[in-house]
Amino acid sequence: MLALTIAVDALTYASWLFIVSLGLTLVFGVLKILNIAHGSIYALGAYAAASAVAVVTSWQLAPVFSLVAMLLAAAGVAAVVGPLLERTLLARFYGHDEVLLLLVTYALFLVLEDVSKLVWGVNPYFVTAPLQLFGSFKLGTMRLSGYDMLLVVLAVVCGLGTWFTLNRTVAGKVVLAVIHNPEMSASMGVNVQRVYTAAFTAGVFLAALGGAFTAPLISVQPGLSVSVIVVSFAVVIIGGLGSIPGAAIGALVVGLARAASVHLMPEIELFSIYLVMAAVLVFRPEGLFQSVKARLI
Amino acid sequence: MTTAVWALRALTTVAAAVALLAAGSAAAQGSFKLGVVTFLSGPAAESFGVPAANAAKTIIEQFNKGGAPAPYNKTGFGGMKVEMVLIDENGGATKQVQELRNLYQRENVDAVVGYIGSGDCLAVAPVAEELKKFLVLFDCGTPRIFEESSLKYVFRTASHAAMDNVSLARYLKMRNIKADTFNLINQDYAWGQDSKADFLAAMAQLMPNAKPGADLLPKFGAGQYGTEVSALASRPADITYSSLWGGDLQAFILQAGARGALKDTLLVLSAADHVLPGLQDKVPDGTVLGARGAYGILSAKNPLNDWFQKAYADASGVPPVQASYRVTQALMGVKLAVERAMAKNGGKKPSSEELADALRGSSWDTPGGLIQMALGGGQQAIQSTAIGRTRYDAASKRVLAVDVQTFNAECVNPPANVKSLDWIRAGFPGAKCN
Repeated sequence: MLALTIAVDALTYASWLFIVSLGLTLVFGVLKILNIAHGSIYALGAYAAASAVAVVTSWQLAPVFSLVAMLLAAAGVAAVVGPLLERTLLARFYGHDEVLLLLVTYALFLVLEDVSKLVWGVNPYFVTAPLQLFGSFKLGTMRLSGYDMLLVVLAVVCGLGTWFTLNRTVAGKVVLAVIHNPEMSASMGVNVQRVYTAAFTAGVFLAALGGAFTAPLISVQPGLSVSVIVVSFAVVIIGGLGSIPGAAIGALVVGLARAASVHLMPEIELFSIYLVMAAVLVFRPEGLFQSVKARLI
Repeated sequence: MTTAVWALRALTTVAAAVALLAAGSAAAQGSFKLGVVTFLSGPAAESFGVPAANAAKTIIEQFNKGGAPAPYNKTGFGGMKVEMVLIDENGGATKQVQELRNLYQRENVDAVVGYIGSGDCLAVAPVAEELKKFLVLFDCGTPRIFEESSLKYVFRTASHAAMDNVSLARYLKMRNIKADTFNLINQDYAWGQDSKADFLAAMAQLMPNAKPGADLLPKFGAGQYGTEVSALASRPADITYSSLWGGDLQAFILQAGARGALKDTLLVLSAADHVLPGLQDKVPDGTVLGARGAYGILSAKNPLNDWFQKAYADASGVPPVQASYRVTQALMGVKLAVERAMAKNGGKKPSSEELADALRGSSWDTPGGLIQMALGGGQQAIQSTAIGRTRYDAASKRVLAVDVQTFNAECVNPPANVKSLDWIRAGFPGAKCN
């Protein structure tokens, strides 16, 4: 029974983590940007969802519309923030050292933190209607929340949707071509700039979606972004930067390490995640799903 | 020029001269520059930092216009207008050390009231001592500051965390609450670890048959508690103790509640008053809670508290919570210390030494009860506290406190020169409970 409990806990935690990490790894894969501001966009998604659900409540719509509102809130954040940041800021730094881009996104992280405070203040927001929609159920002796299962489904949909788009559509193949060689793609007539904007916006959408669907589980308030970005980095580093299957396996590994330690040795909960990460890096320095690349001279 | 016009001009000139003289007198009186440090950003801002900043603004405004009731009704601090310099505590202990130096050496503040984080308090206290500057810690809970060092310029005007856990254990025993087994969930840093140790020790003394079960230590700001909820549910216990606060506590209650995990265990929370307005009916009825003092819904009705609650609510639009009370009691203590020191030195603005001498060992009434600087050589406060149980009132959409029990300061705080944990483990020698 303990093994089942650990497995279920690992799966639910990994689902949440995967939705957020997927955007991070997608942005890195296409734009080669390790986007620290991803955490702030997650927080923006949570705030936007809180506001959108408040509107649904004030209009006295059925609670199911709160799910639609959360989805639209994430899409709204992506539509506004994605192109704005990519075109006006990040595009100016393409071709520069990756460390410089890291610093730019760190600055952005701090700016967006303050922007969210300016817009939403510091008081907490609660979005409990979606949580109550799904109730709870029993699995063996375990009582689980239906909403957690929704997050599992959402993670599967996000993962499969991204994989399908990249591997089974023309647009996805263009993105893969840009990932492989942007210069050659451009010479073949691909609008690389547009691919970058679209990929970054998709990453923003996934971060905002993660925040929006986490909002019912937490009180939405300043400080959300820090912890999520740290653990998301652990996931993408374990899986291999830029790899979608890597992000899925990384999230499961982190979820499993965390769940096992909380149940068996709670005092090493935080340590366990980074222990696993260190162990992976010792044997696979590029992460589980990245092969070592030859350096181009 | 007619006589009337001449007379009017003369009168205006005299009036202007009088006004100038009065202004000159006020300038000579000067102002008192006060640094206030609290979280204005980061995870502790919403629950503690901003309510404290709002209270500081409200109270200083009231002091400056002479609007507070006696004995706080003298304008400003001893007639000096209080000029507040507000600093964000976010950013870590190293930053706070630099900020404190800036406050004293660049901003030339006359005193500093601040600090919520225990790590920040431990870091800044030696700096104030080194600079020989007056510093009042208003909120942080770690008992170590005055138990492990002897300080001259640093004060704490609120009880430390031992009080919260001793009073919770006493409440469980006094009310015959079934606690044969108990689980624990606390944050993995100084506050959570110290609180856990105090509660375990207090339970071992007061309810020796109670058996601890799951003992979880999620990181600060974890956000996701699904695994912890499973771990707690897999070891059913009569009560679940927690010193979680702010967003962490809110997230834990929401996630545990959604899984029905709070139906079969009684929540016992050491510092939870500030999460009630947001969570409302999500807090299970009957939850045992403290507010780290007789604050907010656990506070006693008296004229000073009524005035404070009204002044705060008028200014902020919400009722005050524990951090608002604690900064207020610090500011009241500093005000009285300034005025006592001025009475001694002939009305001059007091030095840090004079302020320290005036505050050391003193006591004063506050909205949350009497503050007595009884520990740490007269530099650490003790105060009474209250524990109660929650009941959600659907009509007012508010969580109310019922079965409130007040504990004397001497019942739940250690005597002078005894370390808290030693005192608890020794069976509370010298405790005065009635």
